[in-house]
Amino acid sequence: MTDDLYNLSERIRAAAEQRRALRIRGGGSKDFYGGTPHGQLCETTALRGIVDYEPTELVITARAGTDLREINATLREQGQMLGFEPPSFTDQATLGGAVASGLSGPRRPYCGAVRDFVLGVQIIDGRGDLLRFGGRVIKNVAGFDVARLMAGSMGTLGLLTEITLKTTPCPTAECTLRFEFDEAQALDTMSRWVGRPLPISGTAWHAGQLSVRLSGAPAALQAARRALGGETLERAGEYWQAVREHQLAFFTTAESLWRISLPGHAPPLALGEVFLEWGGALRWLHGPADADEMRARASRFAGHATLFRSAARPVGGPFQPQTPALLALQQRLKAVFDPYRLFNPGRLYPEL
Amino acid sequence: MSNSYSAKDSAFIARLRKLLPTDAVLSEREELKAYECDALTMYRVLPLAVVLPENETQVEAVLKLCHEARVPVVARGAGTGLSGGATPRTGAVLMSLARLNRIIEIDPLARAARVQPGVRNLAISEAATPFGLYYAPDPSSQIACSIGGNVAENSGGVHCLKYGLTVHNVLALRVVTIAGEVLQIGGGALDQPGYDLLALLSGSEGLLAVVTEVTVRLIAKPQCARVVLAAFDSVVTAGQAVADMIGGGIIPAGLEMMDRATIAAVEPFVHAGYPMDVEAILLCESDGSAVEVADEVERMEAVLRRAGAIECRVSRDEAERLRFWAGRKAAFPAIGALAADYYCMDGSIPRKALATVLQGIREMEGRYGLRCANVFHAGDGNLHPLILFDANVPDELSRAEAFGGEILELCVRQGGSITGEHGVGLEKINHMCVQFGSGELEIFRAVKRAFDQHGLLNPGKAIPTLKRCVEFGRMHVHAGDIPFPDLPRF
Repeated sequence: MTDDLYNLSERIRAAAEQRRALRIRGGGSKDFYGGTPHGQLCETTALRGIVDYEPTELVITARAGTDLREINATLREQGQMLGFEPPSFTDQATLGGAVASGLSGPRRPYCGAVRDFVLGVQIIDGRGDLLRFGGRVIKNVAGFDVARLMAGSMGTLGLLTEITLKTTPCPTAECTLRFEFDEAQALDTMSRWVGRPLPISGTAWHAGQLSVRLSGAPAALQAARRALGGETLERAGEYWQAVREHQLAFFTTAESLWRISLPGHAPPLALGEVFLEWGGALRWLHGPADADEMRARASRFAGHATLFRSAARPVGGPFQPQTPALLALQQRLKAVFDPYRLFNPGRLYPEL
Repeated sequence: MSNSYSAKDSAFIARLRKLLPTDAVLSEREELKAYECDALTMYRVLPLAVVLPENETQVEAVLKLCHEARVPVVARGAGTGLSGGATPRTGAVLMSLARLNRIIEIDPLARAARVQPGVRNLAISEAATPFGLYYAPDPSSQIACSIGGNVAENSGGVHCLKYGLTVHNVLALRVVTIAGEVLQIGGGALDQPGYDLLALLSGSEGLLAVVTEVTVRLIAKPQCARVVLAAFDSVVTAGQAVADMIGGGIIPAGLEMMDRATIAAVEPFVHAGYPMDVEAILLCESDGSAVEVADEVERMEAVLRRAGAIECRVSRDEAERLRFWAGRKAAFPAIGALAADYYCMDGSIPRKALATVLQGIREMEGRYGLRCANVFHAGDGNLHPLILFDANVPDELSRAEAFGGEILELCVRQGGSITGEHGVGLEKINHMCVQFGSGELEIFRAVKRAFDQHGLLNPGKAIPTLKRCVEFGRMHVHAGDIPFPDLPRF
């Protein structure tokens, strides 16, 4: 065990002895997200560096505190990328935070989510033990899939120290088409197109304009463009980055921002101004709206609503409440990894 | 012939009969025989009884009873698993999900299929065909294997480098815990709040819960597909060609390698027209629209030739494409025809370690006095060495098992895994102690307890006890040969 891991492990052991909560933090780019952070600050930013990257294996292993920027730049040099296009929100975003928050960008419905790319993790659990799950190979079904379980766990199960991800080749060409549609037309169109073999890699709709990103071989893009029509959007790369990073005015002017995740073909929610992504499966809404109303509306379509950003964090936490049975199960899982409830208490649910 | 049950067992079976239709509880020895093993036929055990529930309510009732009576339950799909995940256990109830075989809904708009666990993998794609959709993961047993079994094993297939494993294609599950609690995991959305229980349940080998409903993602059927067949005079060159292709940004829909022994076995068997007298054949499939495929095939061919392929052929039509694949698909039976028995291994390795591992296997062939043919899911590093033996020759089975075990250890040493897609089951349970340390194994056991406090679901599979690992360490000295493999241990 390296010195920095040893020190973190000792720190966690001491916290366990004193039953003292720890607030795990990477670059702090997602401090706003989830329930109110509690506990003594425990930073991972010293755990830096790419441990192993083999472009021909499509696998990268890096320490959790490595800047997402560094990962992205290193991959780009080899013509690869993180297929789930994680949002950074600030330049300080780390790989560990990207995995723990479980957030994926515009490519998610077409390429996969964070958890789909996690191959292995090294963690320190709530007893201070250094453990490895998964591995550095693409196919591995030995043992329970604890590595993927870490994605989106908001640091409540363990301190991520090292992560192995599957990488994705960058597409040879990309273009973005623009269409004038109202919300219902856009939802309908996206649902129909994604059921066809088209090289779609991103969809976004706002204020009457649908943007559709195509990725693939130049010939395939030309064929798709002929089939779909629309206008070509200039500087499309900047647009998709702004969507992913919430830099568009829709996001920056929101006092509170709701994130509704539901089946893409669900009809318009009619809850005010909306920004659609993921073929309609991700809908951003301005708040404040009544939380119960938002949640009831989302669950009517077998989806869920998260208060993504807000001035004041809600008491029950920002995430859609779980059924009692599922919550009890997750409490038992939490106790497996973190029996003394040290890690990020309340960041995911008040009970975890 | 009737089994001689103890009074306690008879009383328990009588209670099972009260919960289910008459023909849904089997307890005659002859009936039980049909369920004594899955596709790992070297382990055979008769269960206490077999139950065939027809709906979730019956699954729930049986599990509740077993929970209350502390009787273990082994869930079984189609019984095509290769690692003994569905091998029964003495004194346990074997629960076949074969009668939960309804396709509940194909929703073309949501591009999802909601099905019961006993539905066959291929039946989902067949039902989705009218909508131009299909279910992508295609394990080689797809005509027979069930989707419930696929979830339990997180099955892969020939196309999983591009389209993912089962875990990447399941949107939601309904499961029943051993305590009889029904849980809905995931819904219609692309993510869910809280811990990713879908990921945890995928590949959990029947240890955590019994699946009663699966919602899978359907995708648009590619318009066309073509295969490039490339021959190489060394496996090292073939391996390098794979690395060049993937490093060059090409993700083939399928990428398979066969070694000399496999080619020699399959060509006379299916007459696929493979070049003979070569060390390795690669099959690279491209799928998509006609323009995409034309573009990708051209790039594939260029990479393969540059890497040193001595021959390159592109399938000219669908018949030829299927003929190229026929050899690969017949690899297991063709090799099976060469020897009385074969033992199929399932290690996964970083692709760069291929030459080292194949070299190691060649050396072991000499040492164990057994032949081994290799097929390789080259795109994702999943190696299937097929060890040929004759179970009627004294000690050949144990030599084959020891040989296989050593291959797995070599895979782990090279940074790989003891199982890429077949699961641990009964077969590789000892080798879990090689791949994981005691801390990780203890977490696995605790995860199991979080779902199943008394250890009643598929006990003795997938996750070894601490004592078992200690014993394996000792017994390993004796070539890994475990006496009485059908006896429950600890």
